[in-house]
Amino acid sequence: MNVIEALAERLRRELTPSRVLTDRQELRTYECDGLAHYKVIPALVALPHTAREVAAVVRACAEAGVPFVARGSGTGLSGGALPHADGVLIVTAQMRRIVEVAPADERAVVEPGVINLQVTKAAAPHGYYYAPDPSSQQICSIGGNVAENAGGAHCLKYGFTTNHVTGLEIVTPDGDLVRLGGHAPDTPGYDLVGAFVGSEGTLGIATEVTVRLTRQPESVRTLLAAFRSTDQAGAATSAIIGAGVVPAAIEMMDALAIEAAEAAVACGYPAGAAAVLIVELDGPAAEVAEQFEQVDRLCAASGAFEIRIAADDAERALFWKGRKSAFAAVGRISPDYIVQDGVIPRTALPEVLHRIGDLARARGVRVANVFHAGDGNLHPLVLFDDAVPGEAERAEEASGAIIDLCIEYGGSITGEHGVGADKAQYMPRMFTADDLDTMQLLRCAFDPQGLANPGKIFPTPRLCGERPGRGRAAGSLPGTGAAEVF
Amino acid sequence: MTVLDELARPATEDDTVCGVPARLVAAPASTAEAAALVAAAQDLSVVIRGAGTKLDWGPPPRSVDLIIDTGRLSGVVEHAAGDLIVIVRAGARLDEIKLGDQQLALDARPGATVGGTVATNDSGPRRLHYGTARDLLIGITVVRPDGRIAHSGGKVVKNVAGYDLGKLYTGAYGTLGLITECTFRLHPTPPAALFVRAVAPAAAAVAVRAARVAPAAVEIDSATGELAVLVEGTPAGTGERAATLAKLLGGEIGEIAPPWWGVPPWPAGGIGLKLGVPLSAVPELVASGAAVRGSAGAGVLYAAVADITAVEAIRGLCVRLGGHAVVLTAPPGVRETLDMWGPVPGLALMRRVKDQFDPGHRFAPGRFVGGI
Repeated sequence: MNVIEALAERLRRELTPSRVLTDRQELRTYECDGLAHYKVIPALVALPHTAREVAAVVRACAEAGVPFVARGSGTGLSGGALPHADGVLIVTAQMRRIVEVAPADERAVVEPGVINLQVTKAAAPHGYYYAPDPSSQQICSIGGNVAENAGGAHCLKYGFTTNHVTGLEIVTPDGDLVRLGGHAPDTPGYDLVGAFVGSEGTLGIATEVTVRLTRQPESVRTLLAAFRSTDQAGAATSAIIGAGVVPAAIEMMDALAIEAAEAAVACGYPAGAAAVLIVELDGPAAEVAEQFEQVDRLCAASGAFEIRIAADDAERALFWKGRKSAFAAVGRISPDYIVQDGVIPRTALPEVLHRIGDLARARGVRVANVFHAGDGNLHPLVLFDDAVPGEAERAEEASGAIIDLCIEYGGSITGEHGVGADKAQYMPRMFTADDLDTMQLLRCAFDPQGLANPGKIFPTPRLCGERPGRGRAAGSLPGTGAAEVF
Repeated sequence: MTVLDELARPATEDDTVCGVPARLVAAPASTAEAAALVAAAQDLSVVIRGAGTKLDWGPPPRSVDLIIDTGRLSGVVEHAAGDLIVIVRAGARLDEIKLGDQQLALDARPGATVGGTVATNDSGPRRLHYGTARDLLIGITVVRPDGRIAHSGGKVVKNVAGYDLGKLYTGAYGTLGLITECTFRLHPTPPAALFVRAVAPAAAAVAVRAARVAPAAVEIDSATGELAVLVEGTPAGTGERAATLAKLLGGEIGEIAPPWWGVPPWPAGGIGLKLGVPLSAVPELVASGAAVRGSAGAGVLYAAVADITAVEAIRGLCVRLGGHAVVLTAPPGVRETLDMWGPVPGLALMRRVKDQFDPGHRFAPGRFVGGI
């Protein structure tokens, strides 16, 4: 009996047989996450229902020296939940209990499989919501949000997942259940909650998450401004930030992204726009009204040829519909595309957009730009047709060149999608060998055997003291096909 | 001449940490120099000192061969106003950082340095709105105990590349190495700010939350029985919100903070604690009769107590309420007999982190949780 067969037998006893999958057809369902051109069929899939069951699976893996990968809803866009061919995929999607909604503490406690938007829905009757709102919030899970330190359109004002998680129950790579933090702030000791959030499943698996709930604002106002160029839209963004306004969100789309959104969801943005900005303000009503007028003026002064103000929630939803569906919408105007995620200092925006245009033209591919303009988080969509020989390679090249641009301008190789399997190769361009070595000291503290999601984040594993890491990278996989993204 | 001879001087009688005398003091002027110093000090125990405003926080170190003073690691490296970020050196005093119409929204103790504030994750009233150092820090440069230089994060606010080591170093009390530079996100300085003061019970904070006035701070002080709210924003907006609050609380509006605002409640040489409790527990904590002061909006309060029995009582209460109580400072004699940190969940993992970063247990030995 090989290692996996023995593991399967043990896990069938500890979970139930129906929640331990080894049939190849069933395993294939889990071969990729949202970054679908990376595919690896795991050796085994476990579907735990409780923290104890997660711990049992991880402990079994640790004892057998088998690598494991955690997966929530599988919507990640960096291959963070890409399975390991010789390992176990632990799917937390069935752990969907909202354990507690405690508005008096401004906290909620949820299991990792709970969908992001469900937290807000549970908190809404009490006048609260959960602030981090990735575009996939209708399907992505809190466990995955924690692993990736998920962001969203409104993190400009409210911060990221890491600013909204105050407690965790985790299963360490040894299989121990450990509680960190809780309802109360500033737990003494190292901020292991902060270290864990965004560690992409390499430090263990979160089995319960305590999140901060945010008071619903008294007022929300949203406008959509159309410009003749991305330069004008960039200038408007700078003017708004420069005026000391902190909007809840400032989102930009360029002409190609607008074209795609129109084709997909008929959002009815102003015709002839080379760029649109969606600006949302929230907070106390008087303040919002005052600053909203200011934003309106600044957009007009920067050259906006049409400004629409959402009259009600329905119109606001329509503004956002175009933006939130933009990734998938690009499928309407191009058979294949790559979603990129990079960050630049916001002030470099107009310049970088021109350079993205130049590098795309030089390679004969088109790039649609959708991004969080307020914080310089770009999501260029590189369009190509896989049926045309050589085009996929040129698109990959353009996509890589965009990341190089982000590094050149002092930004980041990822603002919210994570490093995962996709960008580990770029890490040495952003960080020195000593930087990466230092990060891996933390890895070694949690996971000396290197079994938790090996091959992600770090291009090369570090040996942890006298216990050599056993994990191997899943290997860089070829592929440039379409990513089915949300 | 060795690097140590070059950079370090013999300690004087002023160079002590909680009564433990140091042997040497060095003040490196750059990250590179600090790295060379630490590399040359591999046999020495090290305590890091900024302005010394919180040097008496935590248990005494087991030994101090070398104090690394950050006094020469000062100044602003870069202020990118358009990008709302600043890069500052660890020894810079927070109250001396000038950023025009922008602010680094950390309420530091008078004279405190960037490095000391980050290393202790110290915070003040406005943490309710802006968060603490852990929330505002977006990049960090450190010298590891083995002398190697490491960075994490960067100079953009949104960034998920690699582990967020800034979180680990924030509040680590210098036990994982020396912080030399920090990058922070900034906020625009609000054009107006008003305080609403009222004699009101801690439970009134619930009504403040319900009013949706987006306060920057909600503070209480058990000695005066006062509750004070800070609202920031545009002149018209703050005026309107302050009026709402004044009516709600039966209080008065003013431009000046109450004298107790952000001031620790303990006298010099007294026993001072930092308490963290769930928000709903704040009224019960205040009703216990202890002298407490702090954020009823965030659940972080400070307490002054007379003796060890009182420490145990208030800690017991906080733990029962789902929180914790850390003794920040205590006079000699008391300090040695106290468990200053109290119970800490996840301690086994923390020890493993320490072992990886500082296998020789040389940095701030004994000052942190569980004797780390």
